[in-house]
Amino acid sequence: MNHHQDKADMALKYAKSIGVDESSVSFADGEGFSVTARNGAVETVQDYKDQSFAITVYLNKSVGAASSNDFSETAIKSTIDKAFSLSSLTADDECNGLADKERMATEELDLDLYNPWNLDIKKAKTMAIECETYALDFDEKVVNSEGATVGSYMNQSLYANSHGFLGVSKSTGHSISCTAIAAENGVMEMDYDYTSARHYDDLQDHKEIGILAAKKALDNLGSRKIKTTKAPVIFSPRVSGSLMSHLMSAISGSSLYRNSSFLVNSKDKKICSEFINIREEPHLKRGFSSCYFDAEGVETTPRFIVENGVLKGYLLSSYSARRLGLETTGNAGGHHNLVLEPTAEEDMQSMIQNIGSGFLVTGLIGYGVNIVNGDYSRGANGFWIENGQIAYPVSEVTVAGNLKDMLMKINAVGNDPEKKGSIYAGSVLIDDLMIAGE
Amino acid sequence: MTNTKESVFTQVKASLLDPYNISIQDLDLMMSGMLSKGIDMGDIYFQNIHQESWTLEDGLVKKSSYSSRQGVGFRSIIDEQSGLAYSESLEKDSLFKAARASSSIAKSGKTATSKIDEPSSLENYYSSVNPISSLEDKAKIELLQHIDALARSKDHRVKEVIASLAGNFQNILIINDLGRIVADIRPMVRLSLSVIVEEGERKERGTSGGGGRVDYTFFNQSKIKNYVAEAVDQALINLEAVEAPAGEMTVVLGSGWPGVLVHEAIGHGLEGDFNRKKTSAFSGLMGEKVASSICTIVDDGTIKDARGSLNVDDEGEPTEKTVLIEDGKLCNYMQDQLNARLMNTKSTGNGRRESYSSQTIPRMTNTFMLGGSHKHEEIIESVDEGIYAKNFGGGQVDITSGKFVFSANEAYLIKNGKIDRPIKGAMLIGDGPSALNQVSMLADDLALDPGIGNCGKDGQTVPVNVGQPTMKIDNLTVGGTA
Repeated sequence: MNHHQDKADMALKYAKSIGVDESSVSFADGEGFSVTARNGAVETVQDYKDQSFAITVYLNKSVGAASSNDFSETAIKSTIDKAFSLSSLTADDECNGLADKERMATEELDLDLYNPWNLDIKKAKTMAIECETYALDFDEKVVNSEGATVGSYMNQSLYANSHGFLGVSKSTGHSISCTAIAAENGVMEMDYDYTSARHYDDLQDHKEIGILAAKKALDNLGSRKIKTTKAPVIFSPRVSGSLMSHLMSAISGSSLYRNSSFLVNSKDKKICSEFINIREEPHLKRGFSSCYFDAEGVETTPRFIVENGVLKGYLLSSYSARRLGLETTGNAGGHHNLVLEPTAEEDMQSMIQNIGSGFLVTGLIGYGVNIVNGDYSRGANGFWIENGQIAYPVSEVTVAGNLKDMLMKINAVGNDPEKKGSIYAGSVLIDDLMIAGE
Repeated sequence: MTNTKESVFTQVKASLLDPYNISIQDLDLMMSGMLSKGIDMGDIYFQNIHQESWTLEDGLVKKSSYSSRQGVGFRSIIDEQSGLAYSESLEKDSLFKAARASSSIAKSGKTATSKIDEPSSLENYYSSVNPISSLEDKAKIELLQHIDALARSKDHRVKEVIASLAGNFQNILIINDLGRIVADIRPMVRLSLSVIVEEGERKERGTSGGGGRVDYTFFNQSKIKNYVAEAVDQALINLEAVEAPAGEMTVVLGSGWPGVLVHEAIGHGLEGDFNRKKTSAFSGLMGEKVASSICTIVDDGTIKDARGSLNVDDEGEPTEKTVLIEDGKLCNYMQDQLNARLMNTKSTGNGRRESYSSQTIPRMTNTFMLGGSHKHEEIIESVDEGIYAKNFGGGQVDITSGKFVFSANEAYLIKNGKIDRPIKGAMLIGDGPSALNQVSMLADDLALDPGIGNCGKDGQTVPVNVGQPTMKIDNLTVGGTA
């Protein structure tokens, strides 16, 4: 039994007693720490200990929401009173309400998300110092660092609603990261690497992270602009997931019912090259966005979002589904783990060989993406490719196009995904994007 | 309600200490405990945050939420090391426990005592009125509905209007290792508007908004009219927009929001931590010319009612007007106490933290470039071929290489000294030190943004203002598609 269950019962009972029609509550608490080392010494030690309580109440067809981090009974009750008073002021909306009772998850799944790291702060300090030292010692051109960080966090949460649904989840997250700075001819370049996992034994070795950060920073030395041109662009696994994120914003319920997406009315239509498949996998063991129920208690199901280039479904909560006259897809709270399936037995290296010349993007900055019409323009850095080989590092350029068109022009997806977050996407090759430089 | 230092302190004490029977003596004990671990510096940061939001959609206010959060952060510093622990429970036991945890970086023990002074006197750059109760809830709903009606009546192509009103009210109490105790009450409001217009197959969004450290009465008729006009016009103009050009060209930036350039291209690079660590593209350049000689840039946390203003920073240090660049020469960094001490200088009142649960680091407040001698029209007329970027979304910078981006969301071609057709949104990219050297003309129309800006650093978000006059940059890369 989750240690917040009594509070959840009390809160739902109290909400009912003051006259709400339906309600849902969530309780979460977490704790952990992070240690950062720089210049061979500890720079910061931070302890985390957070808790939060949130309630949503429905009165007739209107809604009110309130939250607090005070878990005393008095504070919980006054937070519920506040949500209730807001619900009496907001306008009715037929689409409001909990998700349908029949859709509540019934089968509890063990997704293997909880694995506390038996790491005290002292050991974490040693690890962070070693990680940074491996970066600084890798090459004399690695002249500085923004430090190395080792962190570990555990979280417990409970969601319950007046249908009688109660779901709990318990998870851990661990990470090691390092940011190295290399310099040559008075010009500095920074780059980073990191590893993160639910189970600490899935983490990469901390020394390797230091070395990889150093190598990446060194690779950027001597970067230059290129002439403005149109060319094939490879998005490396480090940045290709961002294309998936933009697609997810465009098919999320709120963008659709607000008519503010370039993919309105695209269900069952071809939106990508026909060899593109995107799976949503909410039940991946040790996944970063794994859960057997969504933020409304709705059962989650593995599915195709895009199959053979055709959009098979949106990301809907019960509210956005009702707005669109559809059924919830179990995506209240957003997308679960996503897998962009590889289209060929090739990785970034073989893609580089195959394209002859083009631009390999390894970093993107700025949010120049317009989901309403699909216009895309972002700052980029990476490497220019010539004769199937990396020729030199590139920086201070932009890549631009329109997402509608870019999704259709995906030419290949590599089998080299990074698995450090909730989107698994390998290298993505897109034909002919505009690169602005000199 | 007047906000003399006594009344602010009394209000904050009543909100943060009295309900938990925490006395000044208790604070003394907590601080003494921290000092006994041999720390160089430390502080205790009490905070509560109340916020609400109201959102209009489909012509009705159907969503509203309220949240309240509180906590106490304990920070211990030895040399370059800092430890932070916090408690979200304000019960004394939890507080003493967190105070001990913050000293996990501590040297061997020694006895020390703290003696807490009388509350320090403060300037007041904003009122201490709780904005959430400055207007009846029904009036907040009516205000949003009025905006919706105005926007829809402006043009039949307006299909969606989303407007939201948000209020935030914080009580803050800071006790430091020198026994200083400082209280601050921080109000904030923000109104945001987004409209979608449609014509045939084309759809565009326009956005606007405003706010500051004021209450809801700030949003008067004329402000509302301006926000609506700005969002609707921007969306309609974008319906006509053609592909933006790609490549290097002359760029004229409008006044106000485009000050994102100043914030990204140079502001972050002048924060003390990056310069102490020598990781900034501006490290070691104090006294050197880093921008064209017409550029003077300041960070000013003392502007009345501005979103980025603070009576004191989060270390209890009074904010200042700090000249960062004068006539193109680098003359000051923005400092918190830790970095100031390690660089043998003094804090400029730029130590900020998102909340009690975050580390304090050097941050900007209201950062802007001063106006020049030209007229806006003269600057446009001086350009044969280029673009005029009137309004911007956000930006980002790589501190170390100095490369920055910012995205135009309302821009035009300039041809033969005249504003030509509107162009689609595009990213502008440059290199901080080079871009600032390319500034060749400044107009006399300095303006701050309307008060909706946030700045992110190390995962922490704090409210800021940016600003600049109309500015001509001779050469900058525009990330269009044509």
